[in-house]
Amino acid sequence: MERLIKERITQIHTVGESANELNCDTKSTAGSVSQRACVFCGSRVVLYPIADALHLIHGPIGCAAYTWDIRGALSSGPQLHRLSFSTDLREKDVVFGGEPKLYKALTELIEAYKPKAAFIYSTCIVGVIGDDVEAIARRVSKEQEIQVLPVMSEGFKGTKKDGYKAACDALSMLVGTDDTYQAPEFSINILGDFNLAGELWMLQDYYKRIGVNIITCLTGDGRVDEIRKAHKASLNVVQCSGSMMHLAKEMKEKYGIPYKKVSYFGIEDMAEALYDVATFFKNAEMLDKARQLVSKEVNDLLPALAPFREKLQGKKAAIYVGGAFKAISLVKALRLIGMETAVVGSQTGNKDDYDLLKKLCDEGTIMVDDSNPNELSEFVKEKGVDLFIGGVKERPIAYKLGIGFCDHNHERKEALAGFEGMLNFAKEVNASVNSPVWKFFKR
Amino acid sequence: MDKIPTLKDIRPFVSTRNACKLCAPLGASVALKGIEGCVPVIHGSQGCATYIRRYMISHYKEPVDIASSNFSEESTIFGGEENLKIALENVIGQYKPKAVGIATTCLSETIGEDVEMQLMQLRDLAKAKGWPELFTVSTPSYQGTHMDGFNATVLGVVKHFSSKTEPVERVNLFPGFVSPADIRQLKEIMVDYGIQATVVPDYSDALDNPVWDQYYRIPKGGTRLVDLKTMGGALASVELGAFTAVRQGGGEESSSADWLEDKFEVKKYQSVLPIGISHTDDFFDSLTKITGKEIPDKYLMQRGRLLDSYADGHKYIFGKKAVVYGEEDLVLALCSFLDEIGVEVVIAASGADSGRLMEQLKIHCPVHGENINVLSDSDFEQIGEMSKLINPDFLIGNSKGNYIATNLNIPLVRVGFPIHDRIGGQRVNHLGYLGTQELFDRIANAMIEYKQNNSPIGYKYM
Repeated sequence: MERLIKERITQIHTVGESANELNCDTKSTAGSVSQRACVFCGSRVVLYPIADALHLIHGPIGCAAYTWDIRGALSSGPQLHRLSFSTDLREKDVVFGGEPKLYKALTELIEAYKPKAAFIYSTCIVGVIGDDVEAIARRVSKEQEIQVLPVMSEGFKGTKKDGYKAACDALSMLVGTDDTYQAPEFSINILGDFNLAGELWMLQDYYKRIGVNIITCLTGDGRVDEIRKAHKASLNVVQCSGSMMHLAKEMKEKYGIPYKKVSYFGIEDMAEALYDVATFFKNAEMLDKARQLVSKEVNDLLPALAPFREKLQGKKAAIYVGGAFKAISLVKALRLIGMETAVVGSQTGNKDDYDLLKKLCDEGTIMVDDSNPNELSEFVKEKGVDLFIGGVKERPIAYKLGIGFCDHNHERKEALAGFEGMLNFAKEVNASVNSPVWKFFKR
Repeated sequence: MDKIPTLKDIRPFVSTRNACKLCAPLGASVALKGIEGCVPVIHGSQGCATYIRRYMISHYKEPVDIASSNFSEESTIFGGEENLKIALENVIGQYKPKAVGIATTCLSETIGEDVEMQLMQLRDLAKAKGWPELFTVSTPSYQGTHMDGFNATVLGVVKHFSSKTEPVERVNLFPGFVSPADIRQLKEIMVDYGIQATVVPDYSDALDNPVWDQYYRIPKGGTRLVDLKTMGGALASVELGAFTAVRQGGGEESSSADWLEDKFEVKKYQSVLPIGISHTDDFFDSLTKITGKEIPDKYLMQRGRLLDSYADGHKYIFGKKAVVYGEEDLVLALCSFLDEIGVEVVIAASGADSGRLMEQLKIHCPVHGENINVLSDSDFEQIGEMSKLINPDFLIGNSKGNYIATNLNIPLVRVGFPIHDRIGGQRVNHLGYLGTQELFDRIANAMIEYKQNNSPIGYKYM
């Protein structure tokens, strides 16, 4: 492992071999070609799926251009979130201040598109040139009679995780603003699902079948008016805890709503998520329905998975994803189809996540936080993996080396959550790992 | 599920809605990928580098390593010099590059970073440590588009590396922001003319690699540094594009070929991107003038076949209305080509705003140029709203306009950058008789397919 950056050694750990703990929650090393993005990116991906809100990016054009229609987050109704709005600041705005342009842009867009609320994202230079985004938000909010929520997401102010927090701060201004709503019994919010490829709709169906009502999902298929009522839920069920834990904790403090961390990837975790909710409500009928649902789904699924398991038995995988909690589910899901995990890492995992991963993984598994192409390519070669699970930035690393790839990032087009998702996952893994094209490649 | 909302009326907007441009550091990154052994460093927040990498990877389907100086709150207040130094140390240690090109961002420019000065101060350290060539280019994203970043970087490279040298039997070729396949073809043409060419940038390999048996931290290929150093002594410079000038300090404009002509008296030949017969002829004429050699037979045959296909296909496209969008140089060349084959361009749009697009279109589109609606400093929503009024027959441009084509239920012919929703964007040929042939076939077939799909008549034979 020559030519790794010295400062990065503490963020790499081999299970059962390394003496040190894995260091995480740090800012990326300059010059390391981190796979992470910035604070703005964290905020933008979290809030993006709110479909009837206006999302205005205040800054020069790049930040808006690179996040136009960026996630596979589906909406069952309005599609306003799929347009990319920018104040597109120019040199003169930078010199004389961007406030007048922000005011005009916000006003014209609200008048034209009539959104239910508006988010303004601050980008790097907004703070530097001294624009008072909050003041403009207040003014327009008053004039247009809709909520305008500033998102303090200047790119340099930390890591992607700080962007999640900025998004949660904006959301918490929205939560609780509709107090007239009376929630039915057994109402929950889903936090941290983004309805990629319609995954939320599958989850909604499962919860409905066991008698649970979902008030809102933050933020998949999100609607402003539903988010306003979120404080009426009895429980927050949190997936993608990296992005949404902050809000869950705040809602617990403010409204006394407890939360549960769940994952919807793989059979075990999906079943657990349903049982957890039923157990929380201490409702025997609900638990019974959950058991029936799981047994029906699993009975349908296992025979369907069997042929894939046969073809994938003993193959090795590398995982590098945004959040470590997802990585944990993926390790389990891979096991279910007979595959072992040889390398696992994430951009933004925390200590708890990595401790769990360490327990879960076999000895010799490489664990890594905030990695980069050089390290990842070394690791996958060293371990001789057959599959790489990651996002678009990891894809060419795999393909260039003749390794199969599965997109498990926010741009994926296949639903991978839930029981049906597990089958899709197996299909996609098989389609790549067992493609005949690799026979022409030297590994 | 609703449709993506569209407005019923056309009104002016201060904001940009679905940008038809990208930011300057992206253009810089593409250009730097075409220099041998060069790693780009973007001097700003981590997100700039990562977003640009992701955007380029989606198009080129290649590893695109771009480092970041990773600004923090501290560096924003106290300056990014320390971060830049750490970034350079890490990049050089890890990648062993032959050169590092540092592109600034809106953030580093706004806080007033003087990278040129910082590099001067690092000179002794760099020498002691045996660091490679370091150079910087100013690319704030509040100035112009990705094309300004691209052109400024090419000029920056030329200025950094070239000096007055002995005359060399070489020709400088500035192809502009074209596909790796285009650059490969241009290089082949030069070889067939017997020309030793210095192509800047040359990412024909680095952004379109074959499969690897080992991971290369820096992909092979790129303009060789030794060749860059001889540019001042070349026989001539050939520059493709009419919008290549970069605004310099003092307000004057200069392109790479201009600069080499002013400074070292290297004769400049400039033509519109060679798409279509007319501009490809111009391009070959330049090469003939430089070398005194006739156009090789191979290309006469290509030209002949292209003309033959014009005869086969002209009827299917005559009078069709096209919407063209993208970078000004690509738009100009495509419009000129479409004008040449009997297609009426109804909208020519760009996110750029040089102020010269309309004038250039009128010069290069003699048949329909006067009737083109030219949208400068435009965006996709404006293009979509205008298109809805005009009812065009097809769109031609990058993949980001696909939603407009879908809404209008007409074909999109994907060209340029980015092509994010198909494979093979890096292999699209646009230039020369060969590239024109590819485009002509695709346009004619798109029109035939449209008719076929909407017709009760069998299209078993034509």
